[in-house]
Amino acid sequence: MASLDRTARSFLLTELLSGMALTLKMMFSPKHTINYPYEKGPLSPRFRGEHALRRYPNGEERCIACKLCEAVCPAQAITIEAEPRADGSRRTTRYDIDMTKCIYCGYCQEACPVDAIVEGPNYEFATETREELFYNKDKLLANGERWESEIAANLELDAPYR
Amino acid sequence: MADLFEGIWWSGYVWPTLITVLLILCIMIPVMLSVAYLTLAERKVIGWMQLRKGPNVVGPFGLLQPIADALKLLMKETIIPAGANPVLFLIAPMLTFVLALIAWAVIPFDEGMVLADINVGVLYLFAISSLGVYGIIIAGWASNSKYAFLGALRSAAQMVSYEVSIGFVIVTVLICVGSLNLSDIVRSQAGGGFWNWYFLPLLPMFVVFIISALAETNRAPFDLPEAEAELVSGYNVEYSAMAFALFFLGEYANMILMSGMTVVLFLGGWLPPVDAQPFTWVPGPIWFALKIAFVLFIFLWVRATFPRYRYDQLMRLGWKVFLPLSLFWVVATAGFLVAFDLLPTGTN
Repeated sequence: MASLDRTARSFLLTELLSGMALTLKMMFSPKHTINYPYEKGPLSPRFRGEHALRRYPNGEERCIACKLCEAVCPAQAITIEAEPRADGSRRTTRYDIDMTKCIYCGYCQEACPVDAIVEGPNYEFATETREELFYNKDKLLANGERWESEIAANLELDAPYR
Repeated sequence: MADLFEGIWWSGYVWPTLITVLLILCIMIPVMLSVAYLTLAERKVIGWMQLRKGPNVVGPFGLLQPIADALKLLMKETIIPAGANPVLFLIAPMLTFVLALIAWAVIPFDEGMVLADINVGVLYLFAISSLGVYGIIIAGWASNSKYAFLGALRSAAQMVSYEVSIGFVIVTVLICVGSLNLSDIVRSQAGGGFWNWYFLPLLPMFVVFIISALAETNRAPFDLPEAEAELVSGYNVEYSAMAFALFFLGEYANMILMSGMTVVLFLGGWLPPVDAQPFTWVPGPIWFALKIAFVLFIFLWVRATFPRYRYDQLMRLGWKVFLPLSLFWVVATAGFLVAFDLLPTGTN
C-alpha cells in the first residue's frame, strides 16, 4: 500500500507542484533587493571599513607611535617610523597602510591604546590604480577629519561592550 | 521573346522570392525580438521568485537590458582557440541558429497564416529539432576542449533519449487528429473553447511533453550539458562574442519553438480559450503569442524551482519512465479510439 501511495505521489507530481506553488507565491511577495548606489543597508557601529587616523579635539594627533598596531597586524600592512618632535613628544614621521595587504581584521584598532587608528564606516574607497591604495599618513589623517563625527559616534555606541 | 522571358522571370521567380523573403522577415524579426525579451523575462521572473528585482537599471524596468547585452556581445572579439578546428568551430553556432529559425516555417500563427502549409509539418519540425543536436556535437568536438566535449556528449545523449518519448506523444496527438498538418491539428481542436483542446483528454501526455521539451531544449532541471558546477558551461565554453550569441539565440529560439509546438499540439494554437464574444474579438496570433508566453513562463518557473537532475536520473526518467508511459498511452489512446469508433476519418 505504501508503494502504491508513493507511486501515485510521484506520478501525480505532488511534491513538484507544491514546490512550484511556493516559488509562485514568492514571486508576488515583497523583494529584498536594495538598490545599492541609491539605497544602502544598515551598518553596525563595529563595522570595519576604511582606516582613519584620529586627532584630539584640540587638533593634536592621537597617535603616539607605540607601534602596537604595526606589531599586531597579521598582514604586516602597517609601516611606522617615529622620532621625537621638537617639543619632545613622540610622534610618527611615517604611518603607511598598504590597503591591498590589509585584511580588515580590526586588530590595529583593538591594539591602539589611544583610539588613534580606527576602521571607519566607509567601504566605498575603490580606486582605479593599485598605487592609490598605498595610504600614507596624510591620507589617513584626512580620512580621520572626514569621518570623525561618524567614527566618534560609533565608538561611543560600542563603548559599553569594549 | 526577350520581353516574354523577362516577364516570366520577374513574375515567376523574382516576385515570389521577394515575397517569401518578406514573409520570412515578418516571422524572423518577431521571433528574434521575443528571444531578446525572453532573456530579460527569464532574469526578471527568476529574480522575482528568488525575492530579487532582476535587471532594472538599463532603461525603464530594465527594458533595454537585452539591447545592452546584444551590443556587448557584438563588440567583443570572437576568440578561436588555437587547438580548435576553425571552420567547424564557426559553423556550429550558425547551424544551431539557422536550425532554430527554419523550423518556424511550418508554425501556423492563425488560420492560413503560415509560411509553408505542408502536410508533413510535424515530421518537418521533428526532423529539424533532431538536427539541432548536430550543432552542439560539432561545437563540442571542434572546440577541442574536454568540458565542451563532455557537454556535447551529454547534450546529444539527452536529446536523443527524450526525442523518443516526444515522438510517442506526438503520435498520440496525431492519432486523435488524423493529419500531420499543423494547421489541421489546430483546426481539430476548434469549437468549444479550451474544453476541446488536447491537453485535457491527453493530460498525462501533455505533462510528458512539457517535461521532455525541457530536456530537449537543455533547460533546467535537465540542463546537464551546461552544468556549471562540473562542465563550466558545457559545449559553449570556448565560444565568445557573436558565436556565443548565436548559440544563445538558437537555444532560446528553440525554447520558443518547443512552446509553439506545445501550443499547437495541446493548447489549441490560435484558438481563443472560450468560444464566445469578447474572446473571439482578439485576433488569433495574439492568442497564439499569449499561449506561447504562458508555456515559456512554465519553463522559467520550473527553472527557478528545481535543482538539476543527476545524469543517471535523467536517463532513468527518459528511458524507464517516460518511454513506457508514452508507449502505453499511445496504445491506450489508439485502443480507445478504435473501441468507440472515434478514429478521425481521413480528411486529406
